[in-house]
Formats: sequence, structure tokens, C-alpha cells
Amino acid sequence: MSEHKVEATLETPWSGGGSPFAIGSKKLGMWLFIVSDALTFTALLMAYSYVRMANPDWTTPFPIWPAVALSTLMTVFLLGSSLTMVMGVAAAHRNDRGATVKWLIATMVGGLLFIVLHAYEWNHLIHDGLRPFQNPWGGPALFGATFFGITGLHMTHVAIGVIYLGIIAFGFGRGKWSSEDVEVSGLYWHFVDLVWMFVFPLIYLMSVKY
Amino acid sequence: MTAHTSEAQAHGGTTRLFIWVWVWLVAITGIEVFLAYIHFSPAVMLTMLIGLSVVKAALIISYFMHLRFERIGLFYLLIPALVFCICLMAVFFPDSFRALHLRP
Repeated sequence: MSEHKVEATLETPWSGGGSPFAIGSKKLGMWLFIVSDALTFTALLMAYSYVRMANPDWTTPFPIWPAVALSTLMTVFLLGSSLTMVMGVAAAHRNDRGATVKWLIATMVGGLLFIVLHAYEWNHLIHDGLRPFQNPWGGPALFGATFFGITGLHMTHVAIGVIYLGIIAFGFGRGKWSSEDVEVSGLYWHFVDLVWMFVFPLIYLMSVKY
Repeated sequence: MTAHTSEAQAHGGTTRLFIWVWVWLVAITGIEVFLAYIHFSPAVMLTMLIGLSVVKAALIISYFMHLRFERIGLFYLLIPALVFCICLMAVFFPDSFRALHLRP
């Protein structure tokens, strides 16, 4: 493991020979990226929540059935793909290449199902006349801007994640990359799941039609 | 079993633990949907949803992202600065209630 390699090169804590966090530089890099990306999403969600609270006539176009049920199903797919990702990382640490690739493919399928359901929903809303700066239901036009902006950025992250996992699965299956690479891609995937844990309640559950 | 278990524990957590974390995440999602079903005022709803989502985020970061099993220094590097920045952004948030009362 990279941890042991790091420990072996550690001469003294101040010599610069090792990592104070006992993890590889790829993993540390991904963690730092995640923190900065988390702040990007925080800024967007904070701005959204601000206009949501300041507008008593906010548009609430999502009925419990089918819109909220559909987005709950999307949440379960994404959470499920996080669990298969955990299994994939565990298999990679056991050096079980076949199982790792299978779990990573299962994770990608979860992400793809999420994208398909989300695209179906976007299509439905666009068909109803919702645009980034146009609200067919007469409420604030910011509804479309925040909805497409936040869910669009998140969906972009999911799409990039599916491609990233595909590359990692292909490379790891051929013996090109180490288990650390699988673990780092897992960090990214769990982060995408984590962001959805805020997007789903704030966007959908705050705009339920009764 | 022994080789498998010790390997899994070396990297923190067992399959059973991860499945339990997943069950909790789905259960909290169910609670959130139920809260939406019974209808609260936006401010109460927002507070409850943010609270539950922070719990979910903590579960994902601690177990799925392994932060609980890393050296404590990594936690100190990443989390306090993130929380501090989020709090700085939140400083402006109460202004949304003022904007609400400015409406005719």
C-alpha cells in the first residue's frame, strides 16, 4: 500500500521526506479538490435557499406523485451506486481485479440510471415551458435559473464521474493502475452522492405541490 | 474469513458496517420525503432538511469516504476550514427574511 511506502521514506517529520497525513498525494489532491468543489455547491445552494426564503410566491411544481417519487428513486440509485463503489474499493484493496471491475460497472450503471431519470424529468419540465429565465407557472423566473443551474452542474458531475469510473475500471482491469487510483475515484463518486443529499431536499422537497 | 476480515479492517470498516450506513442513509431520505408529505412552513422545513442532510453528509464522509479511519490530521486539514467558509457564507442568510418583509 502507498501508506507503507510513505512511512518508509519518512526520515523525520520536518525533513520533507514523508506525508504528515499518511496518504498518497493523489488522494490528498482529490480531498482538496472536493473541499473546493463543496464550497462551489455551497455557494449555489446558499444563493438558492436565500431566494427560496425571500419569495413567498415561490413556484412549487413537484407533486408527491410522480415527481417527488421519481427523484426519491433517483436518490436511491445514487446511494446504491455509492455502496457498490465501497465494495469496488474493498475488492481493489484485496487485489481482486475481476470483482473490482464488476463493482465499478455496477456503480456506473447506477450513475447512468440517475442521468436517464433526470434527463426524463428535465425533458418533462422543458416541455411544460420552464426555461432558465422563464417561468410558465407565473412565479419568480429565478426558479428555472436555480433549478437548471444547480441540477445541471450536479448532473455534469455525475456524467464526468461515470466517464472517470469507466477509465479507472478499464485501466485497473488491465493491471495499469493501483488500488489507490480506485480509492481516489471512489472519493469523487461519494462526493457527487453527498452533493445530491443536499440538492434533493432543497430543490425538490422545498417545492412540493400540495 | 480471517484474511478477508483483517484486510477489510486494515482499511477501516467491514461490509456489514457499510450496508448498515447505507440503510441509515436510505432511512433518513425516507424521513425527509415524509416531512415533505406532511407539509411545514418553508423556514421550519428548510431547517429540518438541512439538519438531516448534514447527518447524511457526515455519514458519507466518515464511512464511505473513510475519513473516520484516516489520521486525525487529515480531518483537521479539511473539515474546520470548510465549515468556517460555509459559516462565513451563511452570515448573509438572515437578510433573506428582511427581503421577505420588504415586499408590499
